[in-house]
Amino acid sequence: MAAGSDVGTAAPGVDAPQHQPAPNIPQFTKDEDLHAYREMLLIRRFEEKAGQLYGMGLIGGFCHLYIGQEAVVVGLQMASTDGDQVITGYRDHGHMLATGMEARGVMAELTGRRGGYSRGKGGSMHMFSREKQFFGGHGIVGAQVSLGTGLAFADAYTKNGKVSFTYMGDGAANQGQVYESFNMAALWKLPVVYVVENNRYAMGTSVARASAQTDFSKRGLSFGIPGEQVDGMDVRTVREAAERAVEHARSGQGPFILEMQTYRYRGHSMSDPAKYRTKDEVSKMRDEHDPIEMVRKRLIEAHGVSEADLKATDAKIREIVNDAAEFATHDPEPDPKELWTDILLEASA
Amino acid sequence: MATDILMPALSPTMEEGKLAKWLVKEGDAVKSGDILAEIETDKATMEVEAIDEGVLAKILVPDGTENVAVNTPIAIIAAEGEDVAAAAAGGGKPKASAKGDTQPAPTPDMDAEGMADAPSATAKTGDDSAKKAPAAPAVVTNKAAAPVMQEFPADTPMVSMTVREALRDAMAEEMRANDKVFVMGEEVAEYQGAYKVTQGLLQEFGARRVVDTPITEHGFAGIAVGAAFTGLRPICEFMTFNFAMQAIDHIINSAAKTLYMSGGQLGCPIVFRGPNGAAARVGAQHSHDYSAWYSNVPGLKVVSPYTASDAKGLLKAAIRDPNPVIFLENEILYGQSFPVPKLDDFVLPIGKAKVHRPGTDVTIVSFSIGMTYALKAAQALAEEGIEAEVIDLRTLRPMDTDTVVASVKKTGRCVTVEEGFPQSGIGAEIVARLMVDAFDYLDAPVLRVTGKDVPMPYAANLEKLALPNVGEVIAAAKAVCYK
Repeated sequence: MAAGSDVGTAAPGVDAPQHQPAPNIPQFTKDEDLHAYREMLLIRRFEEKAGQLYGMGLIGGFCHLYIGQEAVVVGLQMASTDGDQVITGYRDHGHMLATGMEARGVMAELTGRRGGYSRGKGGSMHMFSREKQFFGGHGIVGAQVSLGTGLAFADAYTKNGKVSFTYMGDGAANQGQVYESFNMAALWKLPVVYVVENNRYAMGTSVARASAQTDFSKRGLSFGIPGEQVDGMDVRTVREAAERAVEHARSGQGPFILEMQTYRYRGHSMSDPAKYRTKDEVSKMRDEHDPIEMVRKRLIEAHGVSEADLKATDAKIREIVNDAAEFATHDPEPDPKELWTDILLEASA
Repeated sequence: MATDILMPALSPTMEEGKLAKWLVKEGDAVKSGDILAEIETDKATMEVEAIDEGVLAKILVPDGTENVAVNTPIAIIAAEGEDVAAAAAGGGKPKASAKGDTQPAPTPDMDAEGMADAPSATAKTGDDSAKKAPAAPAVVTNKAAAPVMQEFPADTPMVSMTVREALRDAMAEEMRANDKVFVMGEEVAEYQGAYKVTQGLLQEFGARRVVDTPITEHGFAGIAVGAAFTGLRPICEFMTFNFAMQAIDHIINSAAKTLYMSGGQLGCPIVFRGPNGAAARVGAQHSHDYSAWYSNVPGLKVVSPYTASDAKGLLKAAIRDPNPVIFLENEILYGQSFPVPKLDDFVLPIGKAKVHRPGTDVTIVSFSIGMTYALKAAQALAEEGIEAEVIDLRTLRPMDTDTVVASVKKTGRCVTVEEGFPQSGIGAEIVARLMVDAFDYLDAPVLRVTGKDVPMPYAANLEKLALPNVGEVIAAAKAVCYK
C-alpha cells in the first residue's frame, strides 16, 4: 500500500457508522449479568494493566489490547459448553481469560517469563491451553480461520458434539483463506461458528476503505452460510445470537457467521498513531455504548445490586490482576536451556 | 498414404503402457474423434481417439499387450481410396521421434557420449558443460550394491514393488492401525490420486478418511493443521509441492512453529506429502525442488527417499511421528520398482542416511532422484578403477552428518548431487558441515553437482541441460580424485 496515499480516504471518523443497538434486547437474570460483569471487568482491568506494564518496558514486542470488545468473547463463551474449542488472531488476551485461562500465566507470558503459558516462548500473540481448548493466539492474519475450521473438521471426524468458535477481525475477513475455509466448512457441514469481530478498523484502515461488502454477516452467502449482524457491545444480544449460531452448528447444519459490531478503544497495538479516527468518535462509543457500564447500570437499576457490592467485586478483580502483574514481574525469565526445547517432540518407538 | 497410429504418451512421465482393448477391428471405417482403444498406464485407463480418417487396415499390437513403449506403432490406417491390403503391408515402421512431445524411453545404459563429453561438473552457474546430457534418469537396480546396513533380518523375503505401491501400502497399513490417520488432498479419493498414489484407499477406508478437497491448498492445509492440533494424524497430499507454496504459511508458521510457541503444549502430528522437483517437460512452475527450503526450517522433519523400501519404511515412520514431516516424493521415481522387505510392519528411522554402495575412493552424497545419477556414475567410475561410496541421505532434516563424515574420513573426497538449485542448497549445507567436521580429512575441495541456476525450461534439450547429468557427476568425482 502506497504510503501517504489518500485514495478513498475519508476524513478520520467521518465514515464511521453510528452504533445501532438491537431493537429487541433479551434480558439477563441477575446472576447472568453478574457473571458477565465479572468476566468483562477482568478482561478490562487485565488489559489496562498490560498497557501499563508495556509502558514500563516490562512487556515487549507487540501488544494488542481488547479493551472495548469485552462483550463479544464473554457473550460467546456464555453460549458455549465445555470442550468447545476457541481460536483467534493476535488480539487474544480477552479470549484466553474468557476461556478460563489463569491471569497469572497470561500476564507472565506477556512479560516473557518462565511461568507464562508458553514458558515465555510465545508472547502476546501465541498462547494455548489444551485444558481449556484454547488453540491460540495466531499472528498471521486469517490463518486462524483455516485452523479453526480444522478444529471443526476434527469435531466432525470424531463426532464429539463440540463446536469450534473461530474468531477473526474485520481485516482478516478479507483474506483469501477465509473463503477457502467457508467453502469447505459449508461443503462438509462442519460445526464451526465464525465470529467476525468488526471493530471498524483493520489497523488504521476503516472497514469502508477496505471492504466492498461491509456487511460481514453476508460474507458466507454464496456458500449458503447463514449470518447475522449483532450488537457486539451488548453482552445480552451477543449471547442470544451465539446460542442460535451454536445450535445451528452443533445440530449438524454446518457453519454460521456472526458479525459482532464492536469497537476497540485503544490503538491497534501499543504504537498506534491514532490519526485515522477522531477522539470524539472514541469517547462517544465509550460514553454511550460501553459494554461494562451498561451491565453495571443494569445491576444497580434493574437487579438492585448495591454500589458497595459492585465495589467489592471490582476490588476482587483488581486483586487478581495485581497478583498476576506481581507474579509476571517477579517470575524469572526462562532458563537459557529452554532455547533448545520444544522444537520437536520425541518420537515414541 | 497409410498412417501409423502410435502408442500415445498419456502423461508427462509415461514411458510405456498396456494396450488393454481395441474398440475397433480391422476393416472398420474410422473418423476423427472415434474411440479406437483403451490404454492402461500405471496411473489410469484412458481412451485413444482417432485423429485421422480412413479404414483401420491392420492392428499391429493386439489386445492385452503389456509394456508397449510410447511411440510404438499400434495400428495402421489406410487413407480413403487407398488399398487397404497394401497399406497394411507398408506401414508400421518405428518412428524415431514421432511428435516430439514425449521423452525418449530411458535406457539403463550409460550415455557414453554424455560421459565422454562432460568436461567440468561443478555447480558453476551458467556452466554449459551438460550440452550432451543423457536422457531422463532411469532405474538403477540395487543388484550391484548389496545392502550395506542391515535394516531388516537378512532372510526376509523381498517383493518387487514400485515406489507408488510402497507409498500406498504404507498409508493403508497405518490407516488400518490407527483411526486417527486420514488422507486429504486434491483427487485423493474418487480419482484415486492424481498420480495414483492413493489408489484403492477410498474403497477400503471410505470418504470419512479419504477426503477429496476442493482446489484450495492454503485452506485445506490450514484445516489439516487445525485437525492435527487436536491429535488427529492427517496425511495432507499436495498434487505437487509446487502448489504447496500456496500453503507454505500453514506448513511453516502454523505447523512447524506452534510446538515451540506453545512451550511444548501443542504438537502437530501431520505429514505433508507429494511429488517434489522436476518431472518431465512440465515447465518452471511444476518443476521446483523444495528440498533446501523445507530443510531450512526448525520444527519440521524432511524426508526424501529414493527406493521403494525407504519410501515405505519412512512414510510409516512419518505418519507415526508426533511432529510435522515434509515427505518429498518424486514423480519419475513413482513407477520404478525396487525390492521391498515383506514384513508386517516395516518402519525405518527418520534421520538416518544409508550407504547405498560401498567404496573407498570418493564419497558421493545424494538423495531422491539424485541417487539415479550418483549410482550410474559410480558404476561408470568403477569401470575406470575409481570406487565411489554412494550415500543416500534419505532424510534431509535432521541431516545425518555422521554417516557422511565417516565416509569422507575414509575417502578424503566428496561430491554432492541434487536436482535443486546450487545456491543455499543441500549440497551447500553438506559442504559447510564437512568444512567443520572433516576439514583435516579432505584431499580436495568438495564439489557440488546441482540443477542449473535457472527456472526450469520447457524445451526438451534445455530441460536436459538444466538438470544434472551422469557425466557431470563422473567429471566431478574424477576432479576431486585428480584424475
